[in-house]
Amino acid sequence: MSSLNVELVAADRKVWSGEASMVRARSTEGEIGVLPGHAPLLGVLIEGDVVIHSSEGDQTATIDGGFLSVDHDNVTIVAETVQAPAKG
Amino acid sequence: MGAQIRVYRQRIRSVTATKKITRAMELMAASRVVKAQQAVRESTPYARALTRAASAVATYSDEDHPLTTEPENVTRAALVVVAADRGLAGGYNSNVLKEGERVSAALQAEGKEVVPYLVGRRAVSFYSFRKRERAAEWTGSSEKPSFENAREIGERLVADFIKPTEEGGVDEVHIVSTRFISMVNQEAEVIRLLPLEVVEGVESDDDAELYPLYEFEPNPEELLDTLLPRYVNARIFNALLSAAASELASRQRAMKSATDNAEELIKKYTRLANQARQAEITQEISEIVGGASALADSK
Repeated sequence: MSSLNVELVAADRKVWSGEASMVRARSTEGEIGVLPGHAPLLGVLIEGDVVIHSSEGDQTATIDGGFLSVDHDNVTIVAETVQAPAKG
Repeated sequence: MGAQIRVYRQRIRSVTATKKITRAMELMAASRVVKAQQAVRESTPYARALTRAASAVATYSDEDHPLTTEPENVTRAALVVVAADRGLAGGYNSNVLKEGERVSAALQAEGKEVVPYLVGRRAVSFYSFRKRERAAEWTGSSEKPSFENAREIGERLVADFIKPTEEGGVDEVHIVSTRFISMVNQEAEVIRLLPLEVVEGVESDDDAELYPLYEFEPNPEELLDTLLPRYVNARIFNALLSAAASELASRQRAMKSATDNAEELIKKYTRLANQARQAEITQEISEIVGGASALADSK
């Protein structure tokens, strides 16, 4: 199965990047999940948790709002501040 | 000990003390400049992601956003001057302040009223010494700016930009700061921050890339509403970080030459002191010899 290239970027650093099978985040319209093969999307995120299901386990990070872009299985999550993800 | 030697020894002591200080400042700046450069690098993924997203929205929607619209006639222009909190950084502060003066003269020549916003204690003291009005000032974080600082400045500028001119708003925002080119080369430059110029391709390394047909959620207008202020903050943050790296690099260079100079002075004064000591000894010998022969003659 193909996988997603995920980058989680805060204003002052790149928090996490790698391969993942699914990304879950909260947008203004509600919770959205992104799987490989998702249509190109630009969405505004609100405060909340971003969950990245990666091969090394789930990464959870709390962001203060930002946006998410998906194109050709490249997912970029951008937030001004990101609370360091807790391994889990 | 002769008076002359004492004076020289005193000079040597004082120059040695100064040298210790400049050496310490040089080492501190050298270690911090590496971190500052690192910070500039680490802020690029964010800026790039924002630029891409903003360009993508701009490509697929012909929305006019207040932040990208050119005002019809520009009467008030904001000028943000980014200087350091401390001096002892060679020409760093004076270069950026000079550039600020030049830009503000140019804006005034175009018939615009200049509203200064100052970052860094040196900029503030430059303006307060000349008793000039300023709209806002931020100090205390020039060496290690955090994103919070950039956000504070960005929010204020965007708010003033959106405010109508009659109520004290501004029609343009220019920012004068120092761009870090290399360790030995930093340049004061001016960029126009607002209204935002067409953002396509700026800073991204793959200009020719085509943007896929994005779905926008919730819709392009609201996306721009969230994206553009963040984009402004990111540009300011980048300017602050670059200025911090430049400040530290200039300080390191200035302190290095001060240390070299102090070494030179110490060498010179040591030679002079040795010469004075030798002259004193020679004089004493000739006095003794002269005295002895005078005694011998009187017998």
